[in-house]
Amino acid sequence: MSAPSLPDLAGHFGRYGGRFVPEALVRALDELDAAYRSAKTDPVFQAEFESLLVNYAGVPSLLYRAERLSAAVGAEILLKREDLNHTGAHKVRNVLGQALLAKRMGKPRVIAETGAGQHGVASATAAALLDLECVVYMGETDTERQALNVARMRMLGATVIPVTNGSRTLKDALNEALRDWVASVDSTHYLLGTAAGPHPFPEIVRDFVGGIGIEARAQCFELTGRLPDAVAACVGGGSNAIGIFHAFVPDESVELYGFEAGGDGVETGRHAASITGGSSGVLHGARTYVLQDDDGQTVESHSISAGLDYPGVGPEHAWLHDTGRATYEPVTDAEAMAAFHLLCRTEGIIPAIESAHALAGAARIAPRLRAELGRTPTIVVNLSGRGDKDVHTAGAYFGILDPVETIVPGEQE
Amino acid sequence: MSIADVFAKAKAENRSVLIGCMPAGFPTVEDSIASMIAMHEAGCDVIEVELPYSDPVMDGPVIQKASDIALAAGVRTRDTLKIIEAVARTGAPVVLMTYWNPIEKYGVNAFARDLAAAGATGMITPDLIPDEAAEWIAASDEHRIDRTFLVSPSSTDERIAMTVAQCRGFVYATALMGVTGARTSVSSQAPELVDRVRHADPHMPVGVGLGVGNGAQAAEVAGFADGVIVGSALIRSVLEAPDRATGLSRLRTLSAELAEGVRNPRN
Repeated sequence: MSAPSLPDLAGHFGRYGGRFVPEALVRALDELDAAYRSAKTDPVFQAEFESLLVNYAGVPSLLYRAERLSAAVGAEILLKREDLNHTGAHKVRNVLGQALLAKRMGKPRVIAETGAGQHGVASATAAALLDLECVVYMGETDTERQALNVARMRMLGATVIPVTNGSRTLKDALNEALRDWVASVDSTHYLLGTAAGPHPFPEIVRDFVGGIGIEARAQCFELTGRLPDAVAACVGGGSNAIGIFHAFVPDESVELYGFEAGGDGVETGRHAASITGGSSGVLHGARTYVLQDDDGQTVESHSISAGLDYPGVGPEHAWLHDTGRATYEPVTDAEAMAAFHLLCRTEGIIPAIESAHALAGAARIAPRLRAELGRTPTIVVNLSGRGDKDVHTAGAYFGILDPVETIVPGEQE
Repeated sequence: MSIADVFAKAKAENRSVLIGCMPAGFPTVEDSIASMIAMHEAGCDVIEVELPYSDPVMDGPVIQKASDIALAAGVRTRDTLKIIEAVARTGAPVVLMTYWNPIEKYGVNAFARDLAAAGATGMITPDLIPDEAAEWIAASDEHRIDRTFLVSPSSTDERIAMTVAQCRGFVYATALMGVTGARTSVSSQAPELVDRVRHADPHMPVGVGLGVGNGAQAAEVAGFADGVIVGSALIRSVLEAPDRATGLSRLRTLSAELAEGVRNPRN
């Protein structure tokens, strides 16, 4: 297993990854690659990144032994509390790294795509902090569903552009961001939100979020005296998953589990499980697993979790799947929401619905691992984000948004 | 007629080649065939058939909309091949413009075979760069399909040389940093880019696309390029017409105006 040395110089993870982009973008990607190589070995850049992570974002996040949840699922569950980072998710690591890179390249403007708005808010945050102009592309459907996040981005000084093409969701926002970038590469860095897209994005994003796994590995040793038996994460584009997986890839005793959004069930066709329910193809600049029809047209994805609602996946996950190093399984909306509820009630933590997919998956593999190992397994779960943004969705799902009976003063007795 | 012959003939006539683009199946399979034949009759030397794709990142709003309409009407990859066959049968030289995933899904070698059988002479790949094209280069060699890759104002001289070396027929020079769509003026970056391509290979015909929408612009581009590529303006003639007959009539008028332009290059 030589994962840490991948991708190759042209951005390939085996047959996945690479660059399937208009020629107009190649120079910008080459410049980004060169800037990243030099930043990677520049102690000043690394110190600046580290300092922002520690002093601004609140990293390292805790690794928390969730005792009551552990008892409920029959495994020792250790939660990597990325939900406690500034802006409430792992994404802050990526945006701080890329915004610093934009500065280093002398680009005063960043653009970003966003689905539910989390990456948009994170990008707007980093742009405000580092004094960069920020434009966020967001599907019109999503701007309506996530009006609060649109307001957050605007408060932070970003311009939000609703995208009215195609399905008006994340994939169309990504197309529009690429179109902007083709026309603006001289002044603009494309702050891509996940470990996908053309080389070098999958590698850059993986490295910026890779602290999750490095920290979790050390914290697990500290807490338990050994490595975990498994690491679980949700997979949409796959940045939080690759972030926690990467440090564990060489540890062959540690099983890696990625849980994709199974929506109504992969068999219904209404899902966002690109690896378990899709096939190899090219989308948004890389070869990877894609939800597509027989003609290679992208098929719309479905998930209760906006953050996982994407018809592709990062190319390194495609490679980890094909080599068998990581296992990918779908988790349905219903399973995820049951896990969401369980974490709320056992631990007093409201998770992002994305992260609830990882929790549901961990609960599913716990008995399997217990049987294999003949003891209680230890599972590190990446709690990639907090659930404040999902309260409306979850409230509607559980039917607790019904108008509360108004208590009229004087009638209480 | 091969693309090389088309360019050679135009050169002998001291003019540029007019390449007109239309998405397959827009708004229906039959209508798109009629549009393409009308374009050829009215003066487009080469018909560029665009395979509609769900995520066309190089295309501006007009081609996106036309592609969406074609896909919503249910056009399939095999329909595109049928359309090419119908248009090529009239004697019009046809090249296909396609994003890469539909070809990869079809099977690269099988597609090259079927494209050649349908009568197309070449294929333009807006999101496939030679660096990733080993399989396509082999398949297009085997089935004798001309390969057109793109060069851009941002391309380094090294990349232009590498890309032109992998082209056959003509190279597509994107006139500006941006997506397809008519512009009010021709990009000032285009002549320099054409010069740089000529420096890399003085014999490779250069087609310039992006932003050309009327006869005057066609004449201007014809002043420095071997081919003038027009898409969005032609498509808009159909898209914005109140009915099919008006659309076809506008398409003929604009094609004729553009054909006049490429015959009167402005130096």
